[in-house]
Amino acid sequence: MGVMADIEKDYLRTDIPEFRPGDTVVVNVRIKEGDKERIQAFEGVVLRRRGGGTRATFTVRKVSYGTGVERIFPLHSPYIESIKVKTEGRARRARLYFLRGLKGKAAKQKIKKR
Amino acid sequence: MIEGLLGKKLGMTRIFIDGLDVPVTVIKAGECYVTQRKIAERDGYDAVQIGFEEKKASRTTKPMQGHFKKAGTSPFYHLKEFRGEDLSGYKPGQKITVKDVFKVGDRVDVTGRSKGKGFAGVMKRWNFSGGPAAHGSMHNRAPGSIGQSAYPSKVFKGMKMPGHYGAKRVTVQNLEVVAMREDENIIMVRGAVPGSVNTVYTIKKAIKKR
Repeated sequence: MGVMADIEKDYLRTDIPEFRPGDTVVVNVRIKEGDKERIQAFEGVVLRRRGGGTRATFTVRKVSYGTGVERIFPLHSPYIESIKVKTEGRARRARLYFLRGLKGKAAKQKIKKR
Repeated sequence: MIEGLLGKKLGMTRIFIDGLDVPVTVIKAGECYVTQRKIAERDGYDAVQIGFEEKKASRTTKPMQGHFKKAGTSPFYHLKEFRGEDLSGYKPGQKITVKDVFKVGDRVDVTGRSKGKGFAGVMKRWNFSGGPAAHGSMHNRAPGSIGQSAYPSKVFKGMKMPGHYGAKRVTVQNLEVVAMREDENIIMVRGAVPGSVNTVYTIKKAIKKR
């Protein structure tokens, strides 16, 4: 193992479930408001995963009141309380950017259930 | 204690500290060995010369071999003198580890040679804005006017022009030591430092302390 990978290993989380682009996930995010901390859930389709080690991130897209919302999370961030895989999707490519142009049922049909 | 060490860049990454995402440069600073003591009475000043990165004796010149033999250490690629307060504890041949000099939370200045950019134009070298890219413009990356005609009738000294860029000694000041791995002599400083991986640095305690 390279020295850099070894250093990053200290900061990696081991409690992250396996998930892929096309899966629908619920990301529970810790949010600090002043002194109080609460947990907010962000549910949507994983558009992509990128990067390795501590630099890995993933993008989740959801449609909120008719508006597309995308959030990019650092995979190993301590601000992520937990990630839950709701449904596993079968996508035919690694980057699902085409979902941005689709709405409702059309978007759903492109990702079949595994 | 001496005020600095020599080190080598291993790379950059990001780590999480108290939930925050911190960009860091990983530097292997050591092991360093004392190769010579400079003493005020004899040399006119007090300093400790340290060696970094061992090299084979067969690659070392005879005069330098003698120098290292006197210190009782193996030969090194890099030698550097550091000053500091109370150097009486340092003896030739002694090993200096990272934790002897730095601790997490310290501020350091990192000096190294920046990446060479070769012969660079004014846009890269001096951040000129260049000309329009389209609409038939033929003034794309050129510097433009470098002066006036009848008066002053010359180009002023120091005019920003194309030329060799980079591969220069650069110091980045006041970087925070955010993490350390003492057994491996690794320190991690917040932010970027000049040069590529394997660049050798002089890491000193910051002269502009906060």
